[in-house]
Amino acid sequence: MRHLSLSFIIGGVLTFIFTFIAILSFFWTPYDVEAINISGKFAVPGLDHIMGTDHFGRDIFSMVMVGTRNAIAVSLVAVGIGMILGVPLGLWAAGSRMNGGSLIDEILMRGNDLVFAFPSLLMAIMITAVFGPGAINAIIAIGIFNIPVFARMSRGGALSLWTRDYIMAARVAGKGMMRISYEHILPNILNILIVQATIQFSIAIIAEASLSYVGLGTQPPNPSLGRMLNEAQTMIFFAPWLAWFPGGVIVAMVLGLNLMGDGLRDMLDPKLKKRKAGDVTA
Amino acid sequence: MIHYILKRLTSLLITLIVATIVIFLIIEVVPGDPAAYMMGLSGSTEAADALRVELGLDKGALERYFSWIGGMLSGDFGISYTYRVPVSQLIGERTLVSVPLTVYALILSTLIAIPVGVISASRRGSVVDTILMGVAQIGVAIPNFWFAILMVLVFSTSLGWFSAVGFPGWEAGFWVSIKALTIPAFSLALPQAAILARVMRSSVLEVMQEDYIRTARAKGLSQRQALIRHGLRNAMIPVLTILGLQFSFLLAGGIIIESIFSLPGLGRLVFQSIAQRDLIVVKSIVTLLVMAVVMITFIVDLLYALVDPRLREGGRG
Repeated sequence: MRHLSLSFIIGGVLTFIFTFIAILSFFWTPYDVEAINISGKFAVPGLDHIMGTDHFGRDIFSMVMVGTRNAIAVSLVAVGIGMILGVPLGLWAAGSRMNGGSLIDEILMRGNDLVFAFPSLLMAIMITAVFGPGAINAIIAIGIFNIPVFARMSRGGALSLWTRDYIMAARVAGKGMMRISYEHILPNILNILIVQATIQFSIAIIAEASLSYVGLGTQPPNPSLGRMLNEAQTMIFFAPWLAWFPGGVIVAMVLGLNLMGDGLRDMLDPKLKKRKAGDVTA
Repeated sequence: MIHYILKRLTSLLITLIVATIVIFLIIEVVPGDPAAYMMGLSGSTEAADALRVELGLDKGALERYFSWIGGMLSGDFGISYTYRVPVSQLIGERTLVSVPLTVYALILSTLIAIPVGVISASRRGSVVDTILMGVAQIGVAIPNFWFAILMVLVFSTSLGWFSAVGFPGWEAGFWVSIKALTIPAFSLALPQAAILARVMRSSVLEVMQEDYIRTARAKGLSQRQALIRHGLRNAMIPVLTILGLQFSFLLAGGIIIESIFSLPGLGRLVFQSIAQRDLIVVKSIVTLLVMAVVMITFIVDLLYALVDPRLREGGRG
């Protein structure tokens, strides 16, 4: 972690800005996001409304602030679900395999493959369509597809660690599978999990925006970036700013998270550094 | 190889069976009474009862599941509740839009991504590499539906090159239809192309480290010749996997893109059916798409094993 990579800095700054905006929106927005002001509709971006107003005269900047908060909240919980369920599953699968229980591993991983086989967006649409649209169901739908990602990643990481000498030492000392997984494996795969969580977070933000865009995510009057884009679509020819800002915010947020993830990976993965060094001579 | 195919075929079948059970449970068992759900609030009790009989809901879940699967295997997907026509007919028409759109997007994505990845990798660290990868990084972050909206704004309004929305139908002529699918396919392809370009770049970089490239260089080939003659084929292996994954992304992503461009494909049908609570259609489309994805993954796995014999060995052990 000696050198901060450039992408980590750019990504970190972007992520910080949006996190700050999201938190700030709890306490303050320039205007009330639900305040309708028909006489002030379609105001072009200017001093009064820096991102303009929509067809109800609502302030776009305020809506973007709260929309950012909603996107972050949904993604945070969805990725959290994926990690909290996926990581123990992966550790369990790897631990079982290394302790003679490859059947459990086989069952868990086939289950994983199954979830992977479903096109995630399609399933999320089906789930929210049947159980009703809304933020909670969007969280569950996105969360489910995060479970196998973290399960597979922690299983892979754990499998390579189980053969190490210090794990052998822990086994000889009489520690059980669960305890070894928790005390020795988890801390050593935390790095790759954090990097993956950053990437998954950015994927979740796009997923949330997509679901809201098709009307199955966060419900009105609660602002969401995806739905703002949907509403903007019919008015884009005379009020293009309605599409610029919410979309731009999604891109900036996802870009920030991806850059931060890439930067973290470069910083945490010494193998990559060696390869870079070797590359100079090649 | 035969052992490997059999093993993969078994897991393919198991996946398909479990997938249909999951879909069946979500659509027919969990919501409680599908008939009441499909009737909505306005439906009378008698109408709901009639629908219940029509859907076979008076029978047990197990019987319904098997008659559904049996019907699908013989091409009978049931009757659409809203359109009153066989679901297979509805889906058949829409597939002629959705599948070409997906394939078109996949071709575009590959045509863009592979050269970009190779150029970027072969000029690693140069300005060209930095710019291309910067653009790719942004491309990954763009939601395809937003990009689609911007494309409509630029191409049909400002430039007036393409008709913004709609699809004339294949009977209007091949090129006219292809033209109508171009902007949607491009919107669909761009974010995937960005991902693919990044994979291609790192794959080429990886391959360039291999001993056989060094040998080729020692033999007197230039870096470029070594890459083209020996490297690309090997660099394509991870790309193949991603392509398989991309197909399913594009197929599902197409659902949203089709709605933006008012293309009469499966995506539009799915949303219309959701809005009209036509669960029979929703169930059939989801099942078909999942099947398509599982089959593609299977085919990619087989191709993978053909290209990389080590995997076959692994399958035997």
